[in-house]
Amino acid sequence: MHPAPSVIFFTTFSGLGFGLLVFLGIGLPPVTGVTAFAFFTLAYLAAVGGLTASTFHLGHPERALKAFTQWRSSWLSREAWCAVAALLLMAIYGAALVFWNTRLPILGYLGAALSLATVFTTSMIYTQLKTIPRWNSRATPAKFLAYALTGGALLAGQISLAIPALAALAVLQSIVWKQGDTALSRSGSTLASATGLGPIGQVRAFEPPHTGTNYLLREFVHVVGRKHAAKLRLIALILTSGLPIVLLLVPFSHFAAGLAVLSHILGVLTARWLFFAQAEHVVGLYYGKR
Amino acid sequence: MTSLPNSTQKKLGLVIDLDTCVGCHACVISCKGWNTENYGAPLSDQDAYGSDPSGTFLNRVHSFEVQPQTGAAQLIHFPKSCLHCDDAPCVTVCPTGASYKRSEDGIVLVNESDCIGCGLCAWACPYGARELDQAAGVMKKCTLCVDRIYNENLPEEDREPACVRTCPAGARHFGDFNDPNSHVSTLSRDRGGMDLMPEQGTAPVNKYLPPRPKDALPEIDVLAPFLTPVAETPKGFLGWLDKTLEKL
Repeated sequence: MHPAPSVIFFTTFSGLGFGLLVFLGIGLPPVTGVTAFAFFTLAYLAAVGGLTASTFHLGHPERALKAFTQWRSSWLSREAWCAVAALLLMAIYGAALVFWNTRLPILGYLGAALSLATVFTTSMIYTQLKTIPRWNSRATPAKFLAYALTGGALLAGQISLAIPALAALAVLQSIVWKQGDTALSRSGSTLASATGLGPIGQVRAFEPPHTGTNYLLREFVHVVGRKHAAKLRLIALILTSGLPIVLLLVPFSHFAAGLAVLSHILGVLTARWLFFAQAEHVVGLYYGKR
Repeated sequence: MTSLPNSTQKKLGLVIDLDTCVGCHACVISCKGWNTENYGAPLSDQDAYGSDPSGTFLNRVHSFEVQPQTGAAQLIHFPKSCLHCDDAPCVTVCPTGASYKRSEDGIVLVNESDCIGCGLCAWACPYGARELDQAAGVMKKCTLCVDRIYNENLPEEDREPACVRTCPAGARHFGDFNDPNSHVSTLSRDRGGMDLMPEQGTAPVNKYLPPRPKDALPEIDVLAPFLTPVAETPKGFLGWLDKTLEKL
């Protein structure tokens, strides 16, 4: 798949933002007043910033409101509803904390649940696609939720939680990568099944439909960037989990914590880039590119 | 709602005969010609006369080589457009309701004024049947020439999809698969019409007819059996050379 910057930014930052909102919703850390304001601003900047980035790849962003209509069948529509509901509830909850130093626990828990649901619905947009076997797996929502919660713990300053979570995330991501590498071959989709010509003999793409490129090849048949995948995976693991764990283990300083967050974000961006760049869409079979 | 209808009254679709298709791309051109100036936004081209041309097409013809266990390789031309699937994944993923399958005839269409151009339906299609038009920013796909097949302003013989009407080889057929006696149903039944990527569970309506097995020419020269084949072991100088080279 084409690793569009808008979608990479969207999933990374909205994941982090909603992850932080989950922790703020359950009262970790128990902030009020100006500190609460700072935490909520950070969470909203990430979540809303991410959601805004997601509209950049739309052909007609001015019609984006129509995306709220199909919640009964479409995960993208459900995501829109969950995101708005979570952001509205958490705004009331946050305002009570910031301006009245009051914690409305029920609202907080509800907001936290909706924030998690938002991340889940985002992941389901990818998981539902049978055409991309690497994504069409339970591992995808697990991974998205793990990333959001780990990033949330880190941003919320829950160090004792964040350290084991970062380590677990690295293990989970490694398993998901390993599993994903064989997903296309396990899916049963081959050039033979795509053309139905398998019973005759060995099928090979002989000539594409056109000499130039097209939307399908640009969008679904991204091959160039896969070259450095192995190195990028290692870099992603080190930046996402390795470096932040080390920085959190040294005696606490805001500088080290800030670096840990920065490193984590860069790592997640790299992992998300790989998530898209390495995803093989079955339409590539028709072009002999799988 | 972008839910799929439980069943459709008619099941309009195409039969594509891979045995007959000669790979002339006339269907590609007639499709682009008709659909760029009729239903919906035009099918735009980018850098059409430059060094990196690309454009929106609703129908494309691939060519595949198939190498059987024995005998010569075969070249099979393979037209591909929307298969108007019964269980169309492109419809249910649409967040706005722009993508829908008609309950009256099963045609999968895009309401372009509702399309936000998110591209998710194209992601969900295993066949590459949907393309986001780069100029209009909306999703384009085969409409089965919905503006021809019911168009009473056209002479009756033209009331079929442009690709079918134009095919000089008769490799494309249009009809109702719900009618067991229709031309397309009969063809599909007789010739073993097949689904593309059945494992994707899309239940495509369009059927592809596999190429018929190649026949072998019988021996036509009645004298051939009486003629000895040309000597296969060389004699004289060539024979010596052959033996010497063998020993090396």
